[in-house]
Amino acid sequence: MLTNEEVAQTILTQFGEAVSDFDDPYDLLTFSTTRETIIPLLTYLNDHSSYRISFLTDITGIHYPDSAGNEFCVVYHLHSLTNNFRLRIKVFLSGEDLHIPTASSIFASANWMERETFDFFGIIFDGHPDLRRILNMEEMDYFPMRREYPLEDATREDKIDALFGR
Amino acid sequence: MISEDLDIANKNLPAEQGPIQYVNELTTLNLGPTHPATHGIFQNVLQMDGEKIVSSEQTIGYIHRAFEKIAERRPFYQITTLTDRMNYCSSPINNMGWHMTVEKLLGIDIPKRAQYIRVIMMELARLADHLICNGILGVDTGAFTGFLYIYQEREEIYEIYEEICGARLTTNMGRIGGMERDLSPTAIRKIRELLVRFPKVLNEFENLFNRNRIFMDRVVNVGAISAERALSYGFTGPNLRAAGVDYDVRVMNPYSSYEDFEFDIPVGQSGDTYDRFMVRNEEMKQSLRIIQQAIDNLPEGSYYADAPQYYLPPKQEVYKNMEALIYHFKIVMGEIDAPAGEVYHAVEGGNGELGFYLISDGGRTPYRLHFRRPCFIYYQAYPEMCKGLTLSDAIVIMSSMNVIAGELDA
Repeated sequence: MLTNEEVAQTILTQFGEAVSDFDDPYDLLTFSTTRETIIPLLTYLNDHSSYRISFLTDITGIHYPDSAGNEFCVVYHLHSLTNNFRLRIKVFLSGEDLHIPTASSIFASANWMERETFDFFGIIFDGHPDLRRILNMEEMDYFPMRREYPLEDATREDKIDALFGR
Repeated sequence: MISEDLDIANKNLPAEQGPIQYVNELTTLNLGPTHPATHGIFQNVLQMDGEKIVSSEQTIGYIHRAFEKIAERRPFYQITTLTDRMNYCSSPINNMGWHMTVEKLLGIDIPKRAQYIRVIMMELARLADHLICNGILGVDTGAFTGFLYIYQEREEIYEIYEEICGARLTTNMGRIGGMERDLSPTAIRKIRELLVRFPKVLNEFENLFNRNRIFMDRVVNVGAISAERALSYGFTGPNLRAAGVDYDVRVMNPYSSYEDFEFDIPVGQSGDTYDRFMVRNEEMKQSLRIIQQAIDNLPEGSYYADAPQYYLPPKQEVYKNMEALIYHFKIVMGEIDAPAGEVYHAVEGGNGELGFYLISDGGRTPYRLHFRRPCFIYYQAYPEMCKGLTLSDAIVIMSSMNVIAGELDA
């Protein structure tokens, strides 16, 4: 059984400066890294002889419009099926430069997860074999999960407020 | 491409007509978006060389309803109704998974009785899910009888839901902190009746299919995927177990007292369509075992946690008790604030690991909610699985993967 401290220590020894912000909310080891390190890190965890953190559970994005310089976050959830150990890796990106290398060369499943993240947040996965929108239509020219798009279209005039109790 | 062997035939033709050119072109075939065999709205554009599938490309998103976006504006209780509509064949699992995620965030401990009731409901839902998947697989191979036999049982399961919460398809029987109501004697009687009757029906269903020559011809060695590829593609649930990996969230990360029950994880070998069918059949038996144990050892006590600020009080209390009325109002109006934090909680859904990634910033709605939908993740393996096979194989592969459009698109 792996402990969070043990894995965190190994990753810290291996990657040093490039990993930071270690935390374990609800017992899930969470830390941040940079986009230069993410692929070497995933490869390292995947190839590690005893950890074998090789099952990519999920990739998704988060938008924090208020944190300048770190507006976007790509979250990776990984799982070691042999050790039953989960961890979460975050990569923060600046709103001006939304590029991150693709993980689809390591995990086949990353393909669609990254397409979904691109579709909703506009994060560009460099080297992705087929980076297109997946759930929304091709003609869409914005990224709907960003916080600046409120749920209801405020410009609509075909709704009579009185009928909706407003 | 000019077919080589036709040149010999052309030699006997009169010279003035010139050789006939047979061009072997690929046929583009649209399987879907609305096709009886896709069981949902998604399109597969197949490139066929005669009968063989050369390549295929999927288009999804036809029923994308932006649940993650909608969830950002909804209080926690109201998100349950969104989760209902993801895998609509087993909505209680989605409901319970969501409630457990919120409970984890809020730090609520659930009484044993509520946990056992949840286990019963989730296993009933798994039964219903697998029933439909295997029944439809029969229909897609041309055997309608099994589907008719087994649909009756799903009806009985839905009547149990109806007895418990009033709804049949989009159930909403759980609450944050427990269940909406206790199991009534009628519900317990119905569950017990199902436990007696169902194994016989399942046995009959298996007799129809398991050694049926026509069925085996259609499914054995069709759409096989190796354990390694399945893991790389992020398979979970019966599809992964059919490939020989015994990963089950119920065993690896037990939730809701699953550790109290004895059950086996059925595992296949080759990961082909037949294995997926057999794994689901076997899982239904294991679900029955779990329900039997849970109903026999149903603990006494309360069916909800002592967390009045989060648990929607019983309606009778609201009429009599001032505290209950206040909390009822606050919860219904969505005025409960959750603590800030981020939670990932996974449950074993009908198709595999259904995960909820919830980020709360301390407000009344999630800051960000992401569903790890098993269907969405493994459906991308479909072109690889049906490459080089025929159209009829593609149909049974899709059917046995149990791709649910609601979950795929979310």
